[in-house]
Amino acid sequence: MFKKILIANRGEIAVRVIRACRELGIASVAVYSDVDRASLHVRKADEAYHIGPAAAAESYLNIRKILEVAKRSGAQAIHPGYGFLSENAKFAQACADAGIKFIGPTAASMEMMGSKTRARQHMEIAEVPFVPGTSHGLQSVDEAEEVATRIGYPVMLKAAAGGGGKGMRLVGSREELRSALESARSEAQRSFGDNEVYIEKYIVNPRHIEMQILADEHGNTVWLGERECSIQRRHQKVLEESPSPLVDPEMRRRMGEIAVRVAKAANYCNAGTVEFLSDQERNFYFLEMNTRLQVEHPVTELITGLDLVHLQIRIAAGEKLPFTQEDVQIRGHAMECRIYAEDPDNNYFPSPGKITLLLLPSGPGIRRDSGMYEGWTVPIDYDPLLAKLIGYGTDRKQTIGRLIRALNEYFVGGIKTNISLFRRILNDPEFQSGRLDTGYLDRLLAKAPSAEPERSDAGIAAIAAGLFAMLDSAATSSNGTGVSQATPASGWKKAARLENLR
Amino acid sequence: MTYEVSIDGKTHRLELARRDVAWECKLDGRDIQLDAVLARRDVLSILIDGKAYEVKRERTATDMHLWVGPVRYAAELRDPRSLRERKSAGVDEQGAKKLIALMPGKVVRVLAPERTEVEAGQGILVVEAMKMQNEMKSPKKGVVQKILAAEGTAVNPGDVLAIVE
Repeated sequence: MFKKILIANRGEIAVRVIRACRELGIASVAVYSDVDRASLHVRKADEAYHIGPAAAAESYLNIRKILEVAKRSGAQAIHPGYGFLSENAKFAQACADAGIKFIGPTAASMEMMGSKTRARQHMEIAEVPFVPGTSHGLQSVDEAEEVATRIGYPVMLKAAAGGGGKGMRLVGSREELRSALESARSEAQRSFGDNEVYIEKYIVNPRHIEMQILADEHGNTVWLGERECSIQRRHQKVLEESPSPLVDPEMRRRMGEIAVRVAKAANYCNAGTVEFLSDQERNFYFLEMNTRLQVEHPVTELITGLDLVHLQIRIAAGEKLPFTQEDVQIRGHAMECRIYAEDPDNNYFPSPGKITLLLLPSGPGIRRDSGMYEGWTVPIDYDPLLAKLIGYGTDRKQTIGRLIRALNEYFVGGIKTNISLFRRILNDPEFQSGRLDTGYLDRLLAKAPSAEPERSDAGIAAIAAGLFAMLDSAATSSNGTGVSQATPASGWKKAARLENLR
Repeated sequence: MTYEVSIDGKTHRLELARRDVAWECKLDGRDIQLDAVLARRDVLSILIDGKAYEVKRERTATDMHLWVGPVRYAAELRDPRSLRERKSAGVDEQGAKKLIALMPGKVVRVLAPERTEVEAGQGILVVEAMKMQNEMKSPKKGVVQKILAAEGTAVNPGDVLAIVE
């Protein structure tokens, strides 16, 4: 087993990995940029080294600097967390070349999965289901009609060189196909200088469901159940749960077996996630493989009772998986809320700043993985994920109840967070019924909030404003708790101070 | 102590006096029996007729909000005897208005340079934070009198970015 591990990350995931190291009796090495000296991961680690300025390209993405620190500190392995260098094959290779174990898959597996076309070729050999369609450009309208009839309408036309919705056309029937193909082609030509357009079956109200896998370096690969990640905003996951309300044991087994085939085809080792798009009839199609630990890994940990970071470290140290597929039991229900520093009243714009007050939920079935603390200033330079609140219960209903209760205990003052969004989602009857798809959250946000809490306590707020002012002034002499004179709240106090000066 | 408290823009008159552990409280002329404990800084536990409320206070550089349960109220407190407060509040409403940074970030663009005429709500500068750009909008119709944060400047909450006359 390793004696010392470097964590090439920051925020809640760095803290998560440091905790696992401590539990396993392994020394942890943190790295930090200029603006992260006071961050929680630096406080929690056994050692911490500065690696550069705030800009990620010069610090958390600086391979040379990170390897230098690893060597200097004597770290035998590097855990990349998620984001930053976690899916960078060059980094994995550089670690291997430097004689430091990269806790994750090999550079070769990463490269294969990183290229969509190469991944697809390998997956076809492994008989992994794809969204039906053509994997090459359409030659003619006749060919388009023939394929569309075979796979069934509605279909989607997509520019091969595309992205960002350009050169994409949704076609509901045969009559629309010819003109849609022509306009998709000319748009693709204008946008990308390439008019190649291919065709795919359009999945109506798709769900995003992914399967966690673990593979050791001795050829053992297991699946650990799915996670439903359909609750998204701007393609960013907001809430994840396991099990998925859609998936039954038969579908889970099929999806798990396919995910294991995907991993084996890529010669994959360590933790990974195979993402699928599923329709409401439980047909699912391979999307891509994420070659790292996921943000939402805790929901899988809660329903399987396994610690994925412990297992990642043990696999990287050359150990065999300590259990078989038959040993994996799924029990209860887990759900994760991603707490972001963003303003729900201002189109979810990031809201960095100083956390002036932090009240934390606890009690049955509640896990918090957090990178924040009271008094810490959330830097402006990185992803706005502050913490994850994960609920666990006997079933989905109990889990939702526990999370709503915990969200009401949770308070982050001084900055804006999306905590209120989760209250809204979890109280929504459609969410509670489990009828989810990737368009769910946009639809919810487009609706006027129906269950807007009543604003009937304005009188209580008024009384509290006065009580705070009087109790503040009683405490003024003992300490200055950072209450600035410019604060309108302390108008009374300001006047009193002026009086004292006279 | 007598206060003028504005909650979500509506003004209330509050009279508060401490009597040992209890409080005497009159809100808009109505007597209220209450018991209050400051549980910790910015967290108040209030009991009124046995009903329990937890109120959290949040202060930023520019304003104060009070949370009663999950509901957030914009609050402003004035001691009517403080003439200074009244005066400065009066001037603010008519004369020059300041455009204040609400979050830390970096000014990436000035949209309306000095002496430009702007409408209320028109963007004056763009501040970037966490890889997202936010247009800072004019608080009133008028002329941009001064830009106090040039392109490339790092700003903190409460910093004055521009003045609109």
